[in-house]
Amino acid sequence: MVTIATSISELKELARRCRIEIVKMVHRAQAGHPGGSLSEIDLIAALYSTSLRVRPDEPDWEDRDRFILSKGHASPGMYALLAEKGFIQHGDLHSYRVLGGVCQGHVDMKWCPGVDFSAGSLGMGLSFGMGCALAARIDGSERRAFVMLGDGEIQEGSIWEAAMAAAHHELGNLKVILDRNRIQNDDFCLEQMRMFDIPAKWKAFGWNVMEIDGHDMNEIVEGINFLDTSNDAPSILIAHTIKGKGVSYMEDNPAFHGAAPNDEQFALAMQELGAVE
Amino acid sequence: MTRMAATRDGYGQALLELAENKKVVVLEADLGKSTKSLHFRKAHPERTISCGIGEQNMLLVAAGMASSGYIPFASTFAIFTERAFEQMRNGVARPNLAVHLCGSHGGTHTGTDGSSAQSIEDLAIYRTLPNVTVLHPSDDVSTRLLTKQLAASKNPSYMRTARNKTPVLYDEADPKTIQIGKGITLRKGNDVAIIACGVLVSEALKAADSLREKGIEATVIDMHTIKPLDVGLVDEVAARCGAIVTAEDHSIIGGLGGAVAEHLSASSRTPLERVGVQDRFGESGQADEMLELMELSSPHIVKAALRAIDRK
Repeated sequence: MVTIATSISELKELARRCRIEIVKMVHRAQAGHPGGSLSEIDLIAALYSTSLRVRPDEPDWEDRDRFILSKGHASPGMYALLAEKGFIQHGDLHSYRVLGGVCQGHVDMKWCPGVDFSAGSLGMGLSFGMGCALAARIDGSERRAFVMLGDGEIQEGSIWEAAMAAAHHELGNLKVILDRNRIQNDDFCLEQMRMFDIPAKWKAFGWNVMEIDGHDMNEIVEGINFLDTSNDAPSILIAHTIKGKGVSYMEDNPAFHGAAPNDEQFALAMQELGAVE
Repeated sequence: MTRMAATRDGYGQALLELAENKKVVVLEADLGKSTKSLHFRKAHPERTISCGIGEQNMLLVAAGMASSGYIPFASTFAIFTERAFEQMRNGVARPNLAVHLCGSHGGTHTGTDGSSAQSIEDLAIYRTLPNVTVLHPSDDVSTRLLTKQLAASKNPSYMRTARNKTPVLYDEADPKTIQIGKGITLRKGNDVAIIACGVLVSEALKAADSLREKGIEATVIDMHTIKPLDVGLVDEVAARCGAIVTAEDHSIIGGLGGAVAEHLSASSRTPLERVGVQDRFGESGQADEMLELMELSSPHIVKAALRAIDRK
């Protein structure tokens, strides 16, 4: 557990540094997914800093907690965090979307240390995480599987196959964070597919559910504590976020789901994020 | 009297025999009674995962378990594996996780359920995936032995088994002669080579008997491994026999015939005739009726052999 007061500010600062790297990566590559990376990053930063049992110097440690970024296109967020935590070098971030680079377009376990699942096709990570959680249980291990889902992603039918199966198997060591940023590729989720009462759906499937503001670090820490301590059934933390959070023109803007800033926009983002150039 | 058995029974038996390896786990999608994983479930419920009727989830649960050091065997009907094709592609084959997928009730031989249950494209689609071994054994003995070998493989696999009984070919065989990636020469003749898989291997042997009555000596190969294809053996029979027939209860597009054709197109001018389902769907019928309707039975293999020889 994080010790509050000092650490909340540290978590915020960590997320701010990651945001800078996210925008830099996407700007350098002139491609990628800044919106969902910026919405998820406070959550990932807090999870790795306060709960996840992993060893940056031993990324394949068998008894590590698993973290599965099911919304694998939001890879810049994960790469920035992995660099901060020492799984990869900051220099590796220059390899994002570059031939031969460890930072493949979508997170890939074959390419990048610290990545537990090769994602990029939506709707797959929850099932994979369920497999990791089952393996941990059969092993008699305390390790957990954390899965980050996007909200658009839960339109995939296979998510609900997994949701039903994980509850059936009472996988208390399976923990989901839902990045509820309300925007998907083409438009706002409300326009593409109305999802109605998302918390009620998960509850009805037999999951523990908690909702938080996904950019309020105090609430995030509280939410992660909820995941850590809810072990009777699979649990989901529904984090209400803002797509593109931290960069004014990207916030709540479907255009920046999968688009890079131009040079002028990049400069503005660096200014807003307090980057020292 | 020839013993008759279904290859799916060989699969079920192999899982039981593999159970002493504590890393072996079995995943089911409500068809364990049919695919024969139920025997493992009864003996080892703690290592059997029910995924309900949810094949997409099953494939990736298996992938997660494989990434955690387990050796998952997941099964359902061949046709239903196909709805999880992208999971197999992106979540299993791409990260090269050794998940072993078994599709039972493959082919038109499956019979009276009709076309919705008759997978005739499974071998073709899985063959396109890098890292994936594709198997379609011909009898319960070879199915048992090949399934057990899969447990030691570092790669994912797809194996098709059949619902209905066919003649057992390997009761007396030396188990060492049955190896993944190695075709088995069941009969040797120099006029034509029939390369078959699955339920059509015994039809190919019958066809060879008929050809002998016409004075034609046929080689018959059980090509239980579609990928990696035993190209050395294909080259050998191409050179020795000068005419090749492939036979499979599968579309003529992309399966065993497709694999052999792709190889021959780059390596020899040997005439090739493909016996398979002629780019159409099946219908309800008994197994033997289906082989007749689809023109897969031994008389059709004989005709194909004569055509291939004519083209020499």
